[in-house]
Amino acid sequence: MISNEFEQLLSIYEKAGGNKDAFSDKGIANLLIHGDKVLNVNDVEGVILKSEQKKDGVIAHLSVGKDVRVKNPIHLCFGILSREGRQEIGVNIFIEDGAEAEVLAHCVFPNAVKVLHKMDANIKIGNDAKFRYQERHYHGEFGGIKVIPNAKVSVGKESIYENIFSLLKGKVGFLDFNYEVNCSGRSITNMIAKIYGKGEDEIRIKEKVNLNGEGARSLIKTRVVLKDKARAEVIGETYGNAPYARGHVDCVEILNGKEALAKAIPIVSVKDEKAKVTHEAAIGSVDKKQMETLMARGLEEEEAIDTIVKGILR
Amino acid sequence: MLKIENLTLKKDSRQILEKVNLTVEKGEIYALLGRNGTGKTTLAYAIMGCNDYQPNEGKIIFEGKEITHLSISKRAKLGITLAWQKPAGFEGLTVGEYLRCKNKNANVHSLLSVVGLSSDYLNRTVDDKLSGGERKRIELASVMAMKPKLAILDEIDSGIDAPSLPFIRKTIQKMRADGITVFLISHSEATLNISDRASLIGAGRILKTASPKIVKEFFVKHCKKCSHLYKINWERIKYDF
Repeated sequence: MISNEFEQLLSIYEKAGGNKDAFSDKGIANLLIHGDKVLNVNDVEGVILKSEQKKDGVIAHLSVGKDVRVKNPIHLCFGILSREGRQEIGVNIFIEDGAEAEVLAHCVFPNAVKVLHKMDANIKIGNDAKFRYQERHYHGEFGGIKVIPNAKVSVGKESIYENIFSLLKGKVGFLDFNYEVNCSGRSITNMIAKIYGKGEDEIRIKEKVNLNGEGARSLIKTRVVLKDKARAEVIGETYGNAPYARGHVDCVEILNGKEALAKAIPIVSVKDEKAKVTHEAAIGSVDKKQMETLMARGLEEEEAIDTIVKGILR
Repeated sequence: MLKIENLTLKKDSRQILEKVNLTVEKGEIYALLGRNGTGKTTLAYAIMGCNDYQPNEGKIIFEGKEITHLSISKRAKLGITLAWQKPAGFEGLTVGEYLRCKNKNANVHSLLSVVGLSSDYLNRTVDDKLSGGERKRIELASVMAMKPKLAILDEIDSGIDAPSLPFIRKTIQKMRADGITVFLISHSEATLNISDRASLIGAGRILKTASPKIVKEFFVKHCKKCSHLYKINWERIKYDF
Protein backbone atom coordinates (compact mmCIF):
# COMPACT_ATOMS: atom_id res chain seq x y z
CA MET A 1 0.00 0.00 0.00
CA ILE A 2 2.72 2.44 1.00
CA SER A 3 4.66 1.52 -2.10
CA ASN A 4 1.59 2.23 -4.23
CA GLU A 5 1.12 5.63 -2.59
CA PHE A 6 4.81 6.32 -3.06
CA GLU A 7 4.61 5.63 -6.79
CA GLN A 8 1.38 7.58 -7.24
CA LEU A 9 2.64 10.57 -5.32
CA LEU A 10 5.84 10.62 -7.33
CA SER A 11 3.95 10.32 -10.57
CA ILE A 12 1.86 13.39 -9.68
CA TYR A 13 4.93 15.12 -8.32
CA GLU A 14 6.51 14.67 -11.74
CA LYS A 15 3.42 16.04 -13.48
CA ALA A 16 3.65 19.07 -11.22
CA GLY A 17 7.13 19.74 -12.57
CA GLY A 18 9.17 17.86 -9.97
CA ASN A 19 12.08 15.52 -10.63
CA LYS A 20 10.96 12.17 -9.19
CA ASP A 21 14.43 10.66 -9.59
CA ALA A 22 15.52 12.95 -6.75
CA PHE A 23 13.73 10.56 -4.35
CA SER A 24 15.82 7.58 -5.39
CA ASP A 25 19.12 9.44 -5.64
CA LYS A 26 21.22 8.83 -2.55
CA GLY A 27 23.14 12.04 -3.25
CA ILE A 28 20.04 14.18 -2.80
CA ALA A 29 18.50 14.86 0.59
CA ASN A 30 14.76 14.28 0.44
CA LEU A 31 11.64 13.68 2.45
CA LEU A 32 8.34 12.42 1.14
CA ILE A 33 5.21 12.46 3.26
CA HIS A 34 1.76 11.19 2.33
CA GLY A 35 -0.91 12.25 4.81
CA ASP A 36 0.69 11.50 8.17
CA LYS A 37 3.05 8.81 6.85
CA VAL A 38 6.69 9.30 5.99
CA LEU A 39 7.26 7.31 2.78
CA ASN A 40 10.85 8.20 2.16
CA VAL A 41 13.64 10.04 3.90
CA ASN A 42 17.25 10.48 2.90
CA ASP A 43 19.91 12.81 4.19
CA VAL A 44 23.34 13.57 2.84
CA GLU A 45 26.62 14.62 4.40
CA GLY A 46 26.20 17.89 6.27
CA VAL A 47 22.40 17.73 6.08
CA ILE A 48 20.30 16.16 8.80
CA LEU A 49 16.76 15.35 7.83
CA LYS A 50 14.56 13.68 10.43
CA SER A 51 10.89 13.18 10.92
CA GLU A 52 8.69 12.39 13.90
CA GLN A 53 5.09 11.31 13.95
CA LYS A 54 2.36 13.40 15.50
CA LYS A 55 -1.40 13.22 15.43
CA ASP A 56 -2.67 13.95 11.89
CA GLY A 57 0.80 14.68 10.67
CA VAL A 58 4.53 14.78 10.89
CA ILE A 59 7.19 17.07 12.24
CA ALA A 60 10.15 17.42 9.91
CA HIS A 61 13.53 18.62 11.12
CA LEU A 62 16.09 19.87 8.67
CA SER A 63 19.45 21.22 9.62
CA VAL A 64 22.41 22.17 7.48
CA GLY A 65 25.76 22.25 9.27
CA LYS A 66 28.11 25.16 9.67
CA ASP A 67 29.76 26.20 6.39
CA VAL A 68 28.14 23.29 4.53
CA ARG A 69 27.20 24.15 0.97
CA VAL A 70 24.57 21.70 -0.19
CA LYS A 71 25.17 20.99 -3.85
CA ASN A 72 21.74 19.69 -4.87
CA PRO A 73 18.42 21.17 -3.78
CA ILE A 74 16.83 19.32 -0.87
CA HIS A 75 13.58 17.82 -2.13
CA LEU A 76 10.46 17.74 0.01
CA CYS A 77 7.14 16.38 -1.13
CA PHE A 78 3.96 16.60 0.93
CA GLY A 79 0.66 15.35 -0.33
CA ILE A 80 -2.65 13.57 0.05
CA LEU A 81 -3.95 11.46 -2.79
CA SER A 82 -7.39 10.72 -1.40
CA ARG A 83 -10.42 13.01 -1.70
CA GLU A 84 -10.55 13.65 2.02
CA GLY A 85 -7.85 13.97 4.60
CA ARG A 86 -5.89 16.09 6.96
CA GLN A 87 -2.20 16.79 6.98
CA GLU A 88 -0.43 18.86 9.58
CA ILE A 89 3.22 19.37 8.99
CA GLY A 90 5.58 20.94 11.45
CA VAL A 91 8.80 22.08 9.85
CA ASN A 92 11.88 23.09 11.81
CA ILE A 93 14.72 24.32 9.67
CA PHE A 94 18.09 25.41 10.95
CA ILE A 95 20.69 26.70 8.52
CA GLU A 96 23.89 27.18 10.46
CA ASP A 97 26.42 30.00 10.01
CA GLY A 98 28.05 30.10 6.59
CA ALA A 99 25.85 27.31 5.19
CA GLU A 100 24.12 27.41 1.82
CA ALA A 101 21.08 25.35 0.90
CA GLU A 102 18.01 25.31 -1.26
CA VAL A 103 14.77 23.46 -0.57
CA LEU A 104 12.41 22.51 -3.35
CA ALA A 105 9.08 21.61 -1.78
CA HIS A 106 6.14 20.27 -3.75
CA CYS A 107 2.70 20.03 -2.18
CA VAL A 108 0.47 17.70 -4.13
CA PHE A 109 -3.30 17.38 -3.65
CA PRO A 110 -4.74 16.22 -6.97
CA ASN A 111 -8.09 14.83 -5.81
CA ALA A 112 -8.91 17.03 -2.82
CA VAL A 113 -12.58 17.48 -2.06
CA LYS A 114 -12.23 17.94 1.68
CA VAL A 115 -8.60 18.21 2.58
CA LEU A 116 -6.72 20.33 5.10
CA HIS A 117 -3.00 20.95 4.65
CA LYS A 118 -1.51 22.97 7.47
CA MET A 119 2.12 23.80 7.82
CA ASP A 120 3.76 25.50 10.76
CA ALA A 121 7.37 26.29 10.07
CA ASN A 122 10.16 27.70 12.15
CA ILE A 123 13.12 28.67 10.05
CA LYS A 124 16.33 29.90 11.57
CA ILE A 125 19.12 31.07 9.33
CA GLY A 126 22.48 31.76 10.94
CA ASN A 127 24.95 34.47 10.00
CA ASP A 128 26.51 34.77 6.56
CA ALA A 129 24.30 31.96 5.23
CA LYS A 130 22.13 31.52 2.15
CA PHE A 131 18.79 29.77 2.14
CA ARG A 132 16.20 29.48 -0.58
CA TYR A 133 12.83 27.83 0.03
CA GLN A 134 10.75 27.20 -3.04
CA GLU A 135 7.27 25.78 -2.52
CA ARG A 136 5.12 24.75 -5.45
CA HIS A 137 1.56 23.53 -5.07
CA TYR A 138 -0.25 21.22 -7.40
CA HIS A 139 -3.98 21.04 -6.73
CA GLY A 140 -6.78 19.28 -8.56
CA GLU A 141 -9.82 20.88 -10.13
CA PHE A 142 -12.28 20.37 -7.24
CA GLY A 143 -11.07 23.21 -5.06
CA GLY A 144 -11.96 21.34 -1.88
CA ILE A 145 -8.77 22.11 -0.04
CA LYS A 146 -7.65 24.40 2.73
CA VAL A 147 -3.99 25.32 2.68
CA ILE A 148 -2.70 27.11 5.74
CA PRO A 149 1.05 27.73 5.71
CA ASN A 150 2.44 29.68 8.64
CA ALA A 151 6.09 30.47 9.13
CA LYS A 152 8.31 32.39 11.49
CA VAL A 153 11.70 33.07 10.00
CA SER A 154 14.78 34.67 11.47
CA VAL A 155 17.56 35.72 9.14
CA GLY A 156 21.05 36.16 10.56
CA LYS A 157 23.56 38.88 9.85
CA GLU A 158 24.67 39.21 6.23
CA SER A 159 22.54 36.24 5.24
CA ILE A 160 20.30 35.87 2.23
CA TYR A 161 16.84 34.35 2.47
CA GLU A 162 14.55 33.82 -0.46
CA ASN A 163 11.08 32.35 -0.28
CA ILE A 164 9.15 31.57 -3.45
CA PHE A 165 5.60 30.28 -3.10
CA SER A 166 3.59 29.37 -6.17
CA LEU A 167 0.13 27.93 -6.57
CA LEU A 168 -0.64 27.96 -10.25
CA LYS A 169 -1.95 24.53 -11.17
CA GLY A 170 -5.50 23.51 -10.34
CA LYS A 171 -7.83 25.35 -8.01
CA VAL A 172 -6.46 27.07 -4.94
CA GLY A 173 -9.46 26.31 -2.72
CA PHE A 174 -8.85 28.28 0.44
CA LEU A 175 -5.38 29.64 1.09
CA ASP A 176 -4.35 31.44 4.24
CA PHE A 177 -0.66 32.22 3.90
CA ASN A 178 1.01 33.88 6.83
CA TYR A 179 4.77 34.49 7.02
CA GLU A 180 6.74 36.69 9.34
CA VAL A 181 10.45 37.35 8.85
CA ASN A 182 12.86 39.03 11.27
CA CYS A 183 15.93 40.35 9.53
CA SER A 184 19.32 41.04 11.10
CA GLY A 185 22.00 43.50 9.98
CA ARG A 186 22.88 43.63 6.27
CA SER A 187 20.74 40.59 5.50
CA ILE A 188 18.65 40.30 2.35
CA THR A 189 15.14 38.86 2.26
CA ASN A 190 13.08 38.26 -0.86
CA MET A 191 9.53 36.97 -0.48
CA ILE A 192 7.79 36.10 -3.73
CA ALA A 193 4.28 34.69 -3.99
CA LYS A 194 2.53 33.83 -7.25
CA ILE A 195 -1.03 32.55 -7.24
CA TYR A 196 -3.66 31.90 -9.89
CA GLY A 197 -7.17 31.91 -8.41
CA LYS A 198 -10.12 30.44 -10.27
CA GLY A 199 -13.71 29.41 -9.59
CA GLU A 200 -14.61 30.34 -6.04
CA ASP A 201 -11.07 30.28 -4.67
CA GLU A 202 -10.37 32.40 -1.63
CA ILE A 203 -6.84 33.66 -1.13
CA ARG A 204 -5.42 35.43 1.90
CA ILE A 205 -1.79 36.37 1.97
CA LYS A 206 -0.07 38.09 4.83
CA GLU A 207 3.64 38.67 4.66
CA LYS A 208 5.41 40.66 7.30
CA VAL A 209 9.05 41.67 7.33
CA ASN A 210 10.76 43.31 10.29
CA LEU A 211 13.98 44.97 9.22
CA ASN A 212 15.61 44.94 12.63
CA GLY A 213 19.29 45.11 11.72
CA GLU A 214 21.26 47.99 10.28
CA GLY A 215 21.36 47.87 6.49
CA ALA A 216 18.88 44.96 6.24
CA ARG A 217 17.02 44.84 2.92
CA SER A 218 13.81 43.17 1.82
CA LEU A 219 11.40 42.78 -1.04
CA ILE A 220 7.88 41.42 -0.80
CA LYS A 221 6.65 40.72 -4.29
CA THR A 222 3.16 39.30 -4.84
CA ARG A 223 1.50 38.44 -8.12
CA VAL A 224 -2.09 37.25 -8.10
CA VAL A 225 -4.35 36.60 -11.08
CA LEU A 226 -8.03 36.04 -10.41
CA LYS A 227 -10.59 34.48 -12.73
CA ASP A 228 -14.31 33.76 -12.32
CA LYS A 229 -15.44 34.50 -8.74
CA ALA A 230 -12.07 34.15 -7.07
CA ARG A 231 -11.20 36.58 -4.29
CA ALA A 232 -7.90 37.66 -2.82
CA GLU A 233 -6.65 39.86 -0.05
CA VAL A 234 -2.94 40.58 0.05
CA ILE A 235 -1.33 42.25 3.05
CA GLY A 236 2.33 43.12 2.67
CA GLU A 237 3.91 44.66 5.74
CA THR A 238 7.41 45.98 6.13
CA TYR A 239 8.84 47.70 9.17
CA GLY A 240 12.07 49.67 8.95
CA ASN A 241 13.35 49.46 12.52
CA ALA A 242 17.06 50.12 12.00
CA PRO A 243 19.32 52.62 10.30
CA TYR A 244 19.78 52.18 6.55
CA ALA A 245 17.19 49.42 6.39
CA ARG A 246 15.55 49.33 2.96
CA GLY A 247 12.30 47.57 2.18
CA HIS A 248 9.90 47.45 -0.73
CA VAL A 249 6.42 45.95 -1.07
CA ASP A 250 5.29 45.26 -4.64
CA CYS A 251 1.85 43.80 -5.28
CA VAL A 252 0.11 43.25 -8.61
CA GLU A 253 -3.33 41.68 -8.79
CA ILE A 254 -4.96 41.11 -12.16
CA LEU A 255 -8.69 40.56 -12.44
CA ASN A 256 -9.82 38.48 -15.37
CA GLY A 257 -13.45 37.98 -14.46
CA LYS A 258 -16.34 40.31 -13.72
CA GLU A 259 -17.05 38.72 -10.35
CA ALA A 260 -13.48 38.38 -9.16
CA LEU A 261 -12.46 40.60 -6.25
CA ALA A 262 -9.02 41.74 -5.20
CA LYS A 263 -7.70 43.76 -2.27
CA ALA A 264 -4.17 44.89 -1.61
CA ILE A 265 -3.15 46.34 1.74
CA PRO A 266 0.45 47.46 1.88
CA ILE A 267 1.58 48.51 5.33
CA VAL A 268 4.90 50.26 5.55
CA SER A 269 6.28 51.74 8.72
CA VAL A 270 9.59 53.28 9.64
CA LYS A 271 10.86 53.68 13.18
CA ASP A 272 14.36 54.84 12.35
CA GLU A 273 14.88 58.12 10.50
CA LYS A 274 17.60 56.58 8.35
CA ALA A 275 15.43 53.68 7.18
CA LYS A 276 13.35 53.76 4.03
CA VAL A 277 10.45 51.55 3.03
CA THR A 278 8.44 51.94 -0.18
CA HIS A 279 5.45 50.22 -1.71
CA GLU A 280 3.54 49.90 -4.95
CA ALA A 281 0.28 48.11 -5.59
CA ALA A 282 -1.67 47.74 -8.79
CA ILE A 283 -5.04 46.08 -9.11
CA GLY A 284 -6.94 45.97 -12.34
CA SER A 285 -7.78 44.15 -15.48
CA VAL A 286 -5.18 42.97 -17.96
CA ASP A 287 -3.27 45.96 -19.34
CA LYS A 288 -4.99 47.23 -22.46
CA LYS A 289 -1.82 48.23 -24.26
CA GLN A 290 -0.21 44.85 -23.65
CA MET A 291 -3.36 43.18 -25.00
CA GLU A 292 -3.52 45.35 -28.09
CA THR A 293 0.18 44.84 -28.79
CA LEU A 294 -0.19 41.07 -28.78
CA MET A 295 -3.44 41.23 -30.75
CA ALA A 296 -1.68 43.40 -33.34
CA ARG A 297 0.73 40.48 -33.72
CA GLY A 298 -2.20 38.23 -34.56
CA LEU A 299 -3.13 36.71 -31.19
CA GLU A 300 -6.80 36.39 -30.26
CA GLU A 301 -7.94 38.17 -27.09
CA GLU A 302 -7.86 35.00 -24.96
CA GLU A 303 -4.42 34.03 -26.26
CA ALA A 304 -3.15 37.52 -25.47
CA ILE A 305 -4.52 37.30 -21.90
CA ASP A 306 -2.93 33.86 -21.41
CA THR A 307 0.44 35.13 -22.63
CA ILE A 308 0.35 38.15 -20.30
CA VAL A 309 -0.81 36.11 -17.30
CA LYS A 310 1.84 33.42 -17.85
CA GLY A 311 4.51 36.09 -17.81
CA ILE A 312 3.23 37.73 -14.64
CA LEU A 313 3.00 34.42 -12.79
CA ARG A 314 6.35 33.08 -13.95
CA MET B 1 -2.76 48.59 -50.66
CA LEU B 2 -4.29 50.91 -48.06
CA LYS B 3 -6.92 53.51 -48.79
CA ILE B 4 -8.38 55.88 -46.24
CA GLU B 5 -11.54 57.66 -47.30
CA ASN B 6 -12.99 60.66 -45.46
CA LEU B 7 -11.96 59.30 -42.10
CA THR B 8 -13.31 61.35 -39.23
CA LEU B 9 -12.68 60.56 -35.59
CA LYS B 10 -13.76 62.37 -32.46
CA LYS B 11 -12.46 61.60 -29.02
CA ASP B 12 -14.07 63.06 -25.91
CA SER B 13 -16.02 65.42 -28.20
CA ARG B 14 -12.75 66.72 -29.68
CA GLN B 15 -12.27 66.39 -33.41
CA ILE B 16 -8.97 64.56 -33.93
CA LEU B 17 -9.23 63.46 -37.56
CA GLU B 18 -11.28 65.31 -40.11
CA LYS B 19 -12.01 63.79 -43.49
CA VAL B 20 -8.62 62.18 -43.86
CA ASN B 21 -7.97 60.83 -47.34
CA LEU B 22 -4.81 59.01 -48.27
CA THR B 23 -3.51 56.07 -50.23
CA VAL B 24 -0.49 53.88 -49.47
CA GLU B 25 0.89 51.90 -52.38
CA LYS B 26 2.12 48.34 -52.07
CA GLY B 27 5.84 48.03 -51.33
CA GLU B 28 6.50 51.69 -50.54
CA ILE B 29 7.64 53.49 -47.43
CA TYR B 30 5.00 56.09 -46.86
CA ALA B 31 5.82 58.74 -44.27
CA LEU B 32 3.39 60.85 -42.28
CA LEU B 33 4.75 64.09 -40.93
CA GLY B 34 3.14 66.55 -38.55
CA ARG B 35 3.52 68.39 -35.30
CA ASN B 36 2.62 66.83 -31.96
CA GLY B 37 -1.10 66.58 -31.38
CA THR B 38 -2.13 66.78 -35.03
CA GLY B 39 -3.59 63.27 -35.22
CA LYS B 40 -0.73 61.06 -36.45
CA THR B 41 -0.91 58.47 -33.69
CA THR B 42 -4.72 58.54 -33.70
CA LEU B 43 -4.65 57.72 -37.40
CA ALA B 44 -2.21 54.86 -36.75
CA TYR B 45 -4.46 53.45 -34.00
CA ALA B 46 -7.55 53.83 -36.20
CA ILE B 47 -5.88 51.89 -39.03
CA MET B 48 -4.85 49.14 -36.58
CA GLY B 49 -8.36 49.06 -35.08
CA CYS B 50 -7.47 49.90 -31.48
CA ASN B 51 -10.47 49.82 -29.19
CA ASP B 52 -10.95 53.48 -28.38
CA TYR B 53 -10.16 54.67 -31.87
CA GLN B 54 -13.17 53.68 -33.90
CA PRO B 55 -13.89 56.29 -36.60
CA ASN B 56 -17.13 58.25 -36.58
CA GLU B 57 -17.20 58.43 -40.35
CA GLY B 58 -15.27 57.24 -43.33
CA LYS B 59 -13.72 54.01 -44.52
CA ILE B 60 -10.46 52.11 -44.18
CA ILE B 61 -9.85 49.83 -47.13
CA PHE B 62 -7.05 47.27 -47.17
CA GLU B 63 -6.32 45.31 -50.31
CA GLY B 64 -9.74 46.23 -51.67
CA LYS B 65 -11.62 45.06 -48.56
CA GLU B 66 -13.24 47.41 -46.09
CA ILE B 67 -11.80 46.78 -42.64
CA THR B 68 -13.20 49.83 -40.80
CA HIS B 69 -15.05 47.75 -38.24
CA LEU B 70 -12.80 44.70 -37.95
CA SER B 71 -11.08 43.86 -34.65
CA ILE B 72 -7.34 44.28 -34.14
CA SER B 73 -6.79 40.52 -34.34
CA LYS B 74 -8.66 40.25 -37.64
CA ARG B 75 -6.70 43.13 -39.13
CA ALA B 76 -3.48 41.51 -37.91
CA LYS B 77 -4.51 38.27 -39.58
CA LEU B 78 -4.98 40.20 -42.83
CA GLY B 79 -1.36 41.33 -42.49
CA ILE B 80 -1.50 44.69 -40.69
CA THR B 81 0.56 45.37 -37.59
CA LEU B 82 1.63 48.33 -35.51
CA ALA B 83 4.76 49.25 -33.57
CA TRP B 84 3.72 51.55 -30.74
CA GLN B 85 5.50 54.82 -30.07
CA LYS B 86 5.98 53.71 -26.48
CA PRO B 87 5.99 49.92 -26.64
CA ALA B 88 4.39 48.01 -23.78
CA GLY B 89 6.51 46.13 -21.25
CA PHE B 90 5.70 42.52 -20.41
CA GLU B 91 6.66 41.22 -16.98
CA GLY B 92 8.10 37.72 -17.14
CA LEU B 93 7.88 37.39 -20.93
CA THR B 94 11.25 36.83 -22.58
CA VAL B 95 12.29 38.48 -25.80
CA GLY B 96 12.37 35.03 -27.44
CA GLU B 97 8.80 34.29 -26.37
CA TYR B 98 7.65 37.72 -27.45
CA LEU B 99 9.16 37.36 -30.91
CA ARG B 100 7.61 33.90 -31.28
CA CYS B 101 4.25 34.81 -29.76
CA LYS B 102 2.43 34.20 -33.04
CA ASN B 103 5.02 32.75 -35.37
CA LYS B 104 6.53 29.83 -33.45
CA ASN B 105 9.01 29.18 -36.25
CA ALA B 106 10.33 32.74 -36.43
CA ASN B 107 14.10 32.82 -36.82
CA VAL B 108 14.63 34.91 -33.72
CA HIS B 109 18.43 34.93 -33.95
CA SER B 110 18.30 36.40 -37.43
CA LEU B 111 15.60 38.92 -36.46
CA LEU B 112 17.67 40.21 -33.56
CA SER B 113 20.73 40.38 -35.77
CA VAL B 114 18.83 42.55 -38.29
CA VAL B 115 18.06 45.11 -35.57
CA GLY B 116 21.64 44.96 -34.28
CA LEU B 117 21.05 42.93 -31.12
CA SER B 118 22.77 39.72 -30.12
CA SER B 119 21.04 36.43 -29.33
CA ASP B 120 21.85 37.09 -25.65
CA TYR B 121 18.70 39.19 -25.60
CA LEU B 122 16.47 36.18 -26.17
CA ASN B 123 16.39 35.30 -22.47
CA ARG B 124 15.94 38.83 -21.23
CA THR B 125 12.48 39.94 -20.26
CA VAL B 126 10.56 42.53 -22.26
CA ASP B 127 10.31 44.97 -19.38
CA ASP B 128 11.61 48.33 -18.24
CA LYS B 129 15.12 46.97 -17.71
CA LEU B 130 15.59 47.33 -21.46
CA SER B 131 16.64 50.76 -22.67
CA GLY B 132 14.31 52.72 -24.94
CA GLY B 133 16.52 51.91 -27.95
CA GLU B 134 16.68 48.19 -27.13
CA ARG B 135 12.92 48.02 -26.64
CA LYS B 136 12.21 49.75 -29.95
CA ARG B 137 14.62 47.49 -31.81
CA ILE B 138 12.90 44.49 -30.29
CA GLU B 139 9.57 45.98 -31.35
CA LEU B 140 10.82 46.18 -34.92
CA ALA B 141 12.08 42.60 -34.75
CA SER B 142 8.66 41.56 -33.44
CA VAL B 143 6.95 43.34 -36.36
CA MET B 144 9.24 41.53 -38.80
CA ALA B 145 8.62 38.17 -37.10
CA MET B 146 5.00 38.53 -38.09
CA LYS B 147 5.89 38.96 -41.77
CA PRO B 148 3.16 41.56 -42.23
CA LYS B 149 1.97 43.10 -45.46
CA LEU B 150 1.64 46.54 -43.87
CA ALA B 151 3.72 47.71 -40.90
CA ILE B 152 2.64 50.91 -39.18
CA LEU B 153 5.64 52.32 -37.31
CA ASP B 154 4.67 55.08 -34.90
CA GLU B 155 7.71 57.23 -34.12
CA ILE B 156 9.90 54.16 -34.01
CA ASP B 157 12.95 56.43 -34.02
CA SER B 158 11.95 58.89 -31.31
CA GLY B 159 13.38 59.09 -27.82
CA ILE B 160 16.12 56.57 -28.42
CA ASP B 161 19.88 56.54 -28.22
CA ALA B 162 21.91 57.65 -31.24
CA PRO B 163 23.63 54.26 -31.78
CA SER B 164 20.22 52.60 -32.26
CA LEU B 165 19.11 54.94 -35.06
CA PRO B 166 21.10 53.45 -37.96
CA PHE B 167 19.81 49.97 -37.07
CA ILE B 168 16.26 51.21 -37.08
CA ARG B 169 16.62 52.91 -40.47
CA LYS B 170 18.36 49.89 -41.96
CA THR B 171 15.60 47.64 -40.65
CA ILE B 172 12.92 49.81 -42.23
CA GLN B 173 14.77 49.61 -45.54
CA LYS B 174 15.07 45.86 -45.17
CA MET B 175 11.34 45.67 -44.62
CA ARG B 176 10.77 47.39 -47.93
CA ALA B 177 13.28 45.07 -49.60
CA ASP B 178 11.36 42.11 -48.14
CA GLY B 179 8.15 43.41 -49.68
CA ILE B 180 6.62 44.89 -46.52
CA THR B 181 4.76 48.13 -47.04
CA VAL B 182 5.69 50.65 -44.34
CA PHE B 183 3.48 53.40 -42.95
CA LEU B 184 6.01 55.51 -41.12
CA ILE B 185 5.31 58.23 -38.60
CA SER B 186 8.41 60.21 -37.80
CA HIS B 187 9.85 63.61 -36.95
CA SER B 188 13.34 62.77 -38.05
CA GLU B 189 14.60 64.18 -41.34
CA ALA B 190 17.06 61.32 -41.78
CA THR B 191 14.25 58.79 -41.37
CA LEU B 192 11.97 60.71 -43.72
CA ASN B 193 14.72 60.60 -46.34
CA ILE B 194 14.34 56.84 -46.68
CA SER B 195 10.64 57.15 -47.49
CA ASP B 196 9.24 57.09 -51.03
CA ARG B 197 6.32 59.44 -50.46
CA ALA B 198 5.16 61.57 -47.59
CA SER B 199 2.08 63.39 -46.39
CA LEU B 200 1.75 66.27 -44.00
CA ILE B 201 -1.00 66.24 -41.41
CA GLY B 202 -2.23 69.34 -39.58
CA ALA B 203 -5.19 69.71 -37.26
CA GLY B 204 -6.45 66.28 -38.28
CA ARG B 205 -6.33 66.82 -42.04
CA ILE B 206 -3.91 65.73 -44.71
CA LEU B 207 -2.50 69.02 -46.01
CA LYS B 208 -0.10 67.82 -48.65
CA THR B 209 1.20 64.62 -50.21
CA ALA B 210 4.37 64.69 -52.30
CA SER B 211 8.01 63.60 -52.21
CA PRO B 212 9.56 63.64 -48.71
CA LYS B 213 11.74 66.60 -49.69
CA ILE B 214 8.84 68.78 -50.80
CA VAL B 215 6.70 67.83 -47.81
CA LYS B 216 9.56 68.62 -45.44
CA GLU B 217 10.16 72.03 -47.01
CA PHE B 218 6.49 72.79 -46.85
CA PHE B 219 6.38 71.72 -43.20
CA VAL B 220 9.26 74.01 -42.27
CA LYS B 221 7.77 76.94 -44.16
CA HIS B 222 4.16 76.67 -43.09
CA CYS B 223 3.75 74.49 -40.03
CA LYS B 224 6.65 74.95 -37.67
CA LYS B 225 5.57 78.44 -36.63
CA CYS B 226 1.88 77.94 -37.20
CA SER B 227 -0.33 78.64 -34.19
CA HIS B 228 -3.18 76.57 -35.62
CA LEU B 229 -1.93 73.39 -34.08
CA TYR B 230 -5.02 71.48 -33.06
CA LYS B 231 -7.94 73.35 -34.55
CA ILE B 232 -8.16 75.25 -37.76
CA ASN B 233 -11.23 76.99 -39.04
CA TRP B 234 -10.87 75.67 -42.55
CA GLU B 235 -13.58 77.99 -43.84
CA ARG B 236 -11.60 81.06 -42.80
CA ILE B 237 -8.14 79.97 -43.76
CA LYS B 238 -7.17 79.96 -47.37
CA TYR B 239 -4.68 77.38 -48.35
CA ASP B 240 -3.47 76.20 -51.66
CA PHE B 241 -1.13 73.28 -51.26
